Amino acid sequence: MKAGIVRFPGSNCDEDAFNAVAETLGQEAVYCWHKDHDLQGADLVILPGGFSYGDYLRPGAIARFSPIMQEVVAFARRGGPVLAICNGFQIACEAGLLPGALLRNSNLRFISAPVQLRVESIATPFTSRYHIGEVITVPIAHGDGRFTADPDVLARIEGAGQVVFRYVNASGDAALSANPNGSLRNIAGIVSAGGNVLGMMPHPERALDPLLGSIGGVALFTSLLDALMTRAGS
Amino acid sequence: MRVVLPRAGDPAITPALVAEHGITELEYERLVNMLGRTPTFTELGVVSALWSEHCSYKHSRPLLKTLPTTAPWVLQGPGENAGVISVGDGLAVAFKIESHNHPSAVEPYQGAATGVGGILRDVFTMGARPIALLNSLRFGPLSSSRVRWLFAGVVRGIGDYGNCIGVPTVGGEVVFDPSYEGNPLVNAMCVGLMREDELIRAVASGVGNPIMAVGARTGRDGIHGASFASEDLSTESEAKRPMVQVGDPFTEKLLLEASLELIRSGSIVAIQDMGAAGLTSSSAEMAERGDVGVTIDVTKVPVRETGMTPYEILLSESQERMLVVAKLGHEDEVRAILGKWDLEAAVIGEVIAEPVYRVTEGDVVVAEFPGSRLVTECPQYTIDGKESAALKAARAKDASMVPALPEERDHSWTLERLLSSPTIASKAWVWRQYDSTVRTSTVRGPGSDAAVVRLRGTDKALALCIDGNGRHVALSPRNGGRAAVCEAARNVACTGARPLAITNNLNFGNPKKPEVYFQLSEAIAGLGEACRVLETPVTGGNVSLYNENPQGAIHPTPTIGMVGLIESLSHVTPSAFQHVGDTIVLLGEPTAELGASEYLLAIHGLTIGAPPACDPTIERKLIDGLLEAIRAGVVCSAHDCSDGGLAVTLAESAIVERDAMHGFSVDLSHWAMLPHRALLFGEAHGRVVVSTANATAVLSIAQRHGVPARIIGTVTAPQEGVRFTISDDAFAAPVEWLARAFHDAIGVTMDGETPAEHAVVAAHVPSND
Repeated sequence: MKAGIVRFPGSNCDEDAFNAVAETLGQEAVYCWHKDHDLQGADLVILPGGFSYGDYLRPGAIARFSPIMQEVVAFARRGGPVLAICNGFQIACEAGLLPGALLRNSNLRFISAPVQLRVESIATPFTSRYHIGEVITVPIAHGDGRFTADPDVLARIEGAGQVVFRYVNASGDAALSANPNGSLRNIAGIVSAGGNVLGMMPHPERALDPLLGSIGGVALFTSLLDALMTRAGS
Repeated sequence: MRVVLPRAGDPAITPALVAEHGITELEYERLVNMLGRTPTFTELGVVSALWSEHCSYKHSRPLLKTLPTTAPWVLQGPGENAGVISVGDGLAVAFKIESHNHPSAVEPYQGAATGVGGILRDVFTMGARPIALLNSLRFGPLSSSRVRWLFAGVVRGIGDYGNCIGVPTVGGEVVFDPSYEGNPLVNAMCVGLMREDELIRAVASGVGNPIMAVGARTGRDGIHGASFASEDLSTESEAKRPMVQVGDPFTEKLLLEASLELIRSGSIVAIQDMGAAGLTSSSAEMAERGDVGVTIDVTKVPVRETGMTPYEILLSESQERMLVVAKLGHEDEVRAILGKWDLEAAVIGEVIAEPVYRVTEGDVVVAEFPGSRLVTECPQYTIDGKESAALKAARAKDASMVPALPEERDHSWTLERLLSSPTIASKAWVWRQYDSTVRTSTVRGPGSDAAVVRLRGTDKALALCIDGNGRHVALSPRNGGRAAVCEAARNVACTGARPLAITNNLNFGNPKKPEVYFQLSEAIAGLGEACRVLETPVTGGNVSLYNENPQGAIHPTPTIGMVGLIESLSHVTPSAFQHVGDTIVLLGEPTAELGASEYLLAIHGLTIGAPPACDPTIERKLIDGLLEAIRAGVVCSAHDCSDGGLAVTLAESAIVERDAMHGFSVDLSHWAMLPHRALLFGEAHGRVVVSTANATAVLSIAQRHGVPARIIGTVTAPQEGVRFTISDDAFAAPVEWLARAFHDAIGVTMDGETPAEHAVVAAHVPSND
């Protein structure tokens, strides 16, 4: 498997994503420069976290016009898996790869903290190794993570099982007090209608080593590897 | 020297104009003698910046020279953009601390943000990739709405800058004390990592090599920032808000990547941040270090507005700019690397053999100085210091005679009050706004004794902390200087690290006052004593003077940024208790000392008494013993005693991890003859609380190192609460009650509500049981 990690000006979780693929999965990772049109034959694209273009105008709004994004969109339309983390999620929404939008956190501040997530769907290439209802710990670090969508869009993605992660408390309840940023229905991550694009505000690439506090992200990367190996084998 | 004619449109040089530039009569005389003529307006501006306290260290340099700066592991000592030490495996660590006190006092958001930006540049210009940020903040009491505005603005400024650039903010400290009411302190520290062979110094060399301006364009912002930082704050300071620079972390991120690429490319010989006094100081300092001349044409400097004069271009402190000496013929490679990151690079001058510092506007010379004398000719001042009579009198007061409040009959009341005192309380409200986990190397983040950052590809980690206690320094400057270093070393050692070196930020008042100069000279002497005993040399730092306003000077506040090395990740030790049933051992001895304590300030509103004596030799033994015990694998947690004393240290070890709290039961009867307030809340140095499953081993290791050690109790389940016994004086308190005081105090003050997720807990009725 080969992962292409897109590098925008202002990306700052690109190295962490690279290490997740290279060290945790032991697979090949390459950087894809924003000015290029070349995904270098990657079979997984990661849109990493950071502040692409300084978050000017609004997060993700400028990055979606990058030359490389034309290729990412085409790749996703062909069914290629795209993992969009934090700023990557914002970019994916702006690029129309995912429904909804991400607004300023409800407390108007940047929030950096470990949070608990409940796995809502395992029928995706990103989550097959989790159990339904499993509660995992993954850090968040963002200022604009409040997921929102029109009522009909929200009903559609809920109905189609596109909500993959929800913020919950230690007992697994999607309580108001467990919602760090005011996201609608505690939504932390969603997949596209085709299931091949995952956008999430929490950082699974920061939850891969017990030394750093949690390993809640490991199954996400191993699920992806499973899916890609299966695809390659079929 | 060459005759340089006044530039059309520039003001005439008058005594009033000279005074306005903060240049004294004596200094002006030296300037005229150096030039052999009257300076031009541009020259006056250049000198006012370079000879400002901020750039010249004119009141502190003779004192700083007394500090120890060498050790086998020091690769670069003071005088460069940042200090550098070796940590083995071919790896080196660059680190430095810097203040942005004055700008933050009038424009907290930009002042703090650009402070972070400046210190990042100091580190990556050494060739190191920044891997961690820390900060040390001081404010007046949170009861003031202006203080809350400053506090919130500073924290947001630090967060927005560090978060955007993707360097984790892993630790720091925040202290609230009336002495900082008008003068907040904002000290930022950056730590970077490189291979030893990637080290580059800011030394101009190679006659004919082009000098290039790189990064953001030059605008009119921040002109005279260095001079502004070199005078007392006053009612007019608000009007100087335009002198505060405006930061853009996005540009800085691009500049960071471009600079590291530039350094690795081999196309340049030197690079320096255009920080305080901008183009002027960066070019003059690089030339002085290289013992060469430079010439700069201001018309070639990329500017962001039209009509800028040479004076403005030279003194602008626009952010995110670098000065580079490229190798002749490599200019296009430099431009290409910058271009890749959508940044500009322009040749603005060259290195020349003639020992002069020359500035031209096209073909016309507008300033010319005799080479390095521009930097070296600045006068240095030594003042006859004299201790303030008021502080001497305050120290002489006997803290043990302060009558206890009726509520203090229940020590748990006092303990709860101290845990909710903003200086001691959890700073989670602050560091939840800082990304502390980006770069996936933060083993221990904010809230620990010291932060721990792993070194990828090795089994090692760095331990990093910032410490200082202005109250202790005010009441006894030399002892306080020693204590600042020792406390930092203790904090680093508690995580399992050997302290290696420090960077320091000296925040003081107006040094021309004998009372302030006394504090400065004594505190530096104390720092030096401790650094020598602990073998932690000073690799650089910053001096911030004139932290005064009409209400008076701040507490003299040296802040120490310490770097330690953890040899194996298995040595990383937490400060929180880990297991029910572990034995609690106190290393070091309680004393009757209560002076200068947070207890006296928080409970009685007093800053009096002699601070506890700090003996670096004792601290050295403590650190050696503690590290041996940690490496032997017999220490489950270690937490040093500082603000709030032994009782607060124990309580913190029980409640600091809100999701994994413990109780404890301790018996301090062995010291029952000490005044109980001092035993519980005195801040005697040289003490660490450890928990262990093998007390015998801990005691025997301590004994071998000559460290007093005694079993004082046991870690219990959280529902057991915390229990203290001092002979017949016993008290207890529920863990959740103390936790709420500790964890919620600042959030409630700032946001006016209890965080929803923790709004539980039945009312507690304190009791003497």
